[in-house]
Amino acid sequence: MKRTFSVLVENQPGVLARVAGLFGRRGFNIQSLAVGVTQDPGLSRMTIVVDGDESVLEQVKKQLNKLINVIKVSELAGPQSIDRELALVRVHAPPAQRAAIMQVVDIFRAKIVDVARRSLVVEITGDEEKTSAMIDILGEFGVMEVVRTGKIAMARGNKESVKGGIRSGEGAVRSGRGHEMALRLAGSCIGLWQPGERASAELEG
Amino acid sequence: MTGAQELWETLLGHGLGLVFGYPGGAVIPIYDVMPQDRIRHVLVRHEQAAAMAADGYARATGKLGVCLATSGPGAMNLLCGLSCSYLDSVPVLALTGQVPTGQLGRDAFQETDVFGATMPLTKHNYLVARAADLPRVLNEAIYLAQAGRKGPVLVDLPRDVMEGKVPAGAENGPRLPGYRPRLDGHPAQIARAAAVLAEAERPLMLVGGGVRWAGASAHVRELAEAADIPVASTLMGLGCVPSDHPLYLGMVGMHGTVAANRALGRCDVLLALGVRFSDRVTGKREEFASQARLIHVDVDPAELGKNVPAHVPIVGDLARVVPALKTKVPAARREDWREELRGYPSGSGTDGAGVGVVRALAQVTGTLARRDELVLVTDVGQHQMWVAQHFPLYHPRTLLSSGGLGAMGYGLPAAIGAQVGCPDKTVVLVTGDGSFQMNLQELATVRQEGLPIKIVILDNGSLGMVRQWQEMFFDGNTVAVALDGPDYTLLARAYGIPARRLDLIGEPDPVGAAAEAVAHLLEQPGAAVLHCRIAPTEKVLPMVPAGEPLARIIVSW
Repeated sequence: MKRTFSVLVENQPGVLARVAGLFGRRGFNIQSLAVGVTQDPGLSRMTIVVDGDESVLEQVKKQLNKLINVIKVSELAGPQSIDRELALVRVHAPPAQRAAIMQVVDIFRAKIVDVARRSLVVEITGDEEKTSAMIDILGEFGVMEVVRTGKIAMARGNKESVKGGIRSGEGAVRSGRGHEMALRLAGSCIGLWQPGERASAELEG
Repeated sequence: MTGAQELWETLLGHGLGLVFGYPGGAVIPIYDVMPQDRIRHVLVRHEQAAAMAADGYARATGKLGVCLATSGPGAMNLLCGLSCSYLDSVPVLALTGQVPTGQLGRDAFQETDVFGATMPLTKHNYLVARAADLPRVLNEAIYLAQAGRKGPVLVDLPRDVMEGKVPAGAENGPRLPGYRPRLDGHPAQIARAAAVLAEAERPLMLVGGGVRWAGASAHVRELAEAADIPVASTLMGLGCVPSDHPLYLGMVGMHGTVAANRALGRCDVLLALGVRFSDRVTGKREEFASQARLIHVDVDPAELGKNVPAHVPIVGDLARVVPALKTKVPAARREDWREELRGYPSGSGTDGAGVGVVRALAQVTGTLARRDELVLVTDVGQHQMWVAQHFPLYHPRTLLSSGGLGAMGYGLPAAIGAQVGCPDKTVVLVTGDGSFQMNLQELATVRQEGLPIKIVILDNGSLGMVRQWQEMFFDGNTVAVALDGPDYTLLARAYGIPARRLDLIGEPDPVGAAAEAVAHLLEQPGAAVLHCRIAPTEKVLPMVPAGEPLARIIVSW
């Protein structure tokens, strides 16, 4: 069973080593790990995807909480959270194949971010399934290199009422429409994490 | 103030006037400004002994032990002792010198990654990068080592940070947003536990080291008496309930009593207090206490459900949870259950010379032990288990032993720490010839500090516990266990410590033969050694083979 943990940590030297060391030492199976600063420069957020049975995952949570520099561990599950991953894919692209590749890129709402004589670099953002599907299809053209960020995730906002002065209906994510909204934001998922993007913070309440 | 001055003043401000240490290049600036009139510094002969002495001091007194070592080899030598404190949850502050920050990462002379190396074997650790961080880090470290579940905390101190000025007004309060130990048990969980206990027909209480550290021994005893619950103990919990208490069944686990291990198999509710269910306690985990609903109380949430699933987990300080539980659990009488347990032997089948010496020691020091004027320290191996099985204990801090790590060589340094911390108590070390030789250089420390430690060496000329396993489970292939030891009496005398030898091999009455020698040992005004020769074939029994269920207990061999 795979689970996603969102771990808020103090931005202190050695925190990543503590977390990584914990997983290695206790034999927990880490699938992906992504780290970045939060809106508070003193805090970082780690998104960790772990594989294991119920009791292992419970221990992961407790052992993470036991680390002095870990402030909060929350579990992000299914429809209550949004998760995204970014991948860069270098595809073999002789001139004859370019149009076909660009069509695939369009269908997945991905982007071509580098063009060379025999290859293209495609940037794709989406949930793990979408990213994997795209890489799979690009495989038909010849994938030369793949770099993935690992998953980042965030809980969805409170659907009942929205704080922060935004009136209901004015850009608020309403019940049942959250997923749709998130999909529209998909292309700018990284943007959601940037301090300049106020919308997400306000929606979160 | 310089960083080094700040260090000493912070220690003194916390009442920490005792340091076990060993100087070296990177810490000369620290020693240079040590206020010698206010700090007692015990110079050990190996840094491992500094860590273990700090540990022994902490176990004997309940206070924070402090050790200090230089960078590189000095710090690396602390590791075994720190691991020992970590596994047994002992509050220790370890201070290590480090090369100046400008040389970090350049493989400088005596540079090792102490911060990285000690991460998995400390409760928390720090590398102080700026003098401005020093006051806060030290206060945090001192707090963390003693808060919640106790443990060792290491602070790595680069030389330039020690020599640099700490800016006035540097932040000094602990800032630990991620550390909030929960001390009060959840009332609903306590109520559930009480309800489960109220329904129990065959309840059993298992006490561990957490009871000792929480200072909850009296509460535990009161709860056991009020609800008529038999009590078993782990190695770390020995002494929390007096050995002669009518409800006491003895130690559980690999070398536990038949009564305690059978009780675990038969109980319908197990109230586990401050234990972490190590493999030496549970045997085969899947079959451990298989009829029981488990109420597990611990201050560390990560212990609940780690090794054994808990039906009623309670996070909290035992000194708060147990009294709260007591008010809710109805008084009961359980004649049938106690009658059943009385049918199981509570003693041990072994009767060799090793056990004889322990029995003689118990006779001679019995009054001291009852008055809480004795600290008994062991090393690791057969002698350790003989002491755990056969030495009656009446107080929670009487027995000091490396339980989780099982670190041979722990005994002598720990005895030093205990004697420094408890100058008015009689400190007796029972050790084996294997363990003793791991840190015997500390006899020089004993002598230099004038510590009146009494040392009993049970010398079977072999690594007895390994040999026992080889004889019992490896077809008698006794490989690499014979120790052609030195003459321990001459050795002790070389360090200026009087010593006597007692040959008990083939002795028909080892208790009687040892009693006089032990009494003589205890009469010595200063440190003294009693070297006892015993046969290498003596065993520790009962024994549950590693990984087997507790029901597979071997009582004779």
